Amino acid sequence: MSETIVKVKEMSVYYGGVNALSDINLEVKKGDFLGIIGPNGGGKSTLLKAVLGLVPLNTGEVRIFGEKPEKARNKTGYVPQYIGLDKSFPVTVNEVVLTGRLKPGIKPFFRYSKSDREAVDEILSKVGIHALSKRRISELSGGEFQKMLIARALVSRPELLLLDEPTASVDARSREQIYSLLSELNKDMTIILVTHDLFAVSTQVKSLACLNTNLVYHGKPELNESIVHNLYGCPVDLIAHGVPHRVLGEHEHGDCGGSIC
Amino acid sequence: MLTDLFEYKFLQYALVSGILASCACGIIGVIIVEKKMIMMSGGIAHTSYGGVGLGYLLNFEPIIGAFLFALAAAFGIGYLRRRGGERFDVIVGLFWSLGMALGILFIALMPGYPPDLNSYLFGNILTVTEFDLWLMFALTLFVVLIVAAFFNTWKAYLFDEEYTEISGFNTRVLEYLLLLLVSMSVVVLIRAVGIILALALLTAPAATSVLLTSRLSMRMVLSVLIGCFFCIAGLWLSYIADIASGAAIVMLSAVCYFTVYIIKSRVRGDKKHG
Repeated sequence: MSETIVKVKEMSVYYGGVNALSDINLEVKKGDFLGIIGPNGGGKSTLLKAVLGLVPLNTGEVRIFGEKPEKARNKTGYVPQYIGLDKSFPVTVNEVVLTGRLKPGIKPFFRYSKSDREAVDEILSKVGIHALSKRRISELSGGEFQKMLIARALVSRPELLLLDEPTASVDARSREQIYSLLSELNKDMTIILVTHDLFAVSTQVKSLACLNTNLVYHGKPELNESIVHNLYGCPVDLIAHGVPHRVLGEHEHGDCGGSIC
Repeated sequence: MLTDLFEYKFLQYALVSGILASCACGIIGVIIVEKKMIMMSGGIAHTSYGGVGLGYLLNFEPIIGAFLFALAAAFGIGYLRRRGGERFDVIVGLFWSLGMALGILFIALMPGYPPDLNSYLFGNILTVTEFDLWLMFALTLFVVLIVAAFFNTWKAYLFDEEYTEISGFNTRVLEYLLLLLVSMSVVVLIRAVGIILALALLTAPAATSVLLTSRLSMRMVLSVLIGCFFCIAGLWLSYIADIASGAAIVMLSAVCYFTVYIIKSRVRGDKKHG
């Protein structure tokens, strides 16, 4: 039996006066690659933030490596949604990734050490954007920006990696690269990924959770109609255009009426 | 003017206070332009007028009153912003006019003739006293030291507050520290250009530097230098043309910013078409 990395027990979160998450129970084992899907506003990002200890819980508890989230932050890497960040901020790729090496505490005139810089170089090569090291972040494409955020999370050598929509606003090629990077990282890292990218998530992850305020399903990455019905309120064709194979079984009946669900 | 400068103490004071004001507002200006805190800083500056009035009424140094009111406004606005809910610009607007109203009220309550408040509203760099100078020096030194000593932390915080929190920093402390620095800079500026014009010196040098460089540290250095240029040239202009120093400094700042803006957009336009 492998070690439990994340344990969420009977957790509820109110966010901005709305019941964003209710009665969540979740257990993530070491070495897992968990994908969390769900509709917009279903509480996916809030779940990650709760696991990081960024939002207060109403009920229940979260344990990361058996500790409170705040205590486990040095073992946790986080890749936020990139729409929340200022792309015109005057920094280079190298400088952003270096911030991943910042250690807490009051250290006047702190300068990054040589080993910090070497760690950044190594991670940038691993993520495949070493050539962009000196580039301003305002000059990056969506995919490059996302890879930079992944590099920042990796540079502190976490054991648990949390990603919030890492393939949003990313071109198809970068998306492929990001997923292959993640599956390589998964060899020695536990990963939780939140996404609306249903196809990729079902083919890449080891286990799947469906979230719409409640956790609707948590298990093997196989979706069936009743799960999706519970999740989105009606059967949705999950198949993206140009995708070579179907993830779901055929719909038996199209009771959606052609309307947008 | 140069011989006068050696002869008259008030001119020397004016020059030194202009340079001090440029250091504080150059550095803080870059941060508030980047963090989109300009209107909030305007609110903080104007609220300090209430403190000036209270100083006159209770007979203590008005600039100390201004500092206390600026600090209260900064923390008040910062607290309400963190709590969320209300529209942020509403809160800033109310602090802005409430501070001014309190200032007017306190002055009206004073017995005897009301004092001349023009130097607080529009600044008069030529009437800076030795006490003012020491106060400005202490505040500027504090601002520069705090930003320089924790530059890497500030850079991380300004780019991504949430990630800085996850890295183990208390971003609430950083936020209130930044608000403290903003109110200190505002007080330094009040003596140089006054409450009403403070916003210009807080934004124009920083905004000009944004057009010229895309490195955060360079922006701060450049913004300080540009501020110094505005203050010294403005002072000279006010001296030879006999116009109010605050107005001269601000007009010069605005003209320079728009000149650089136009040149820059021309150059960019040429690049696009060429």
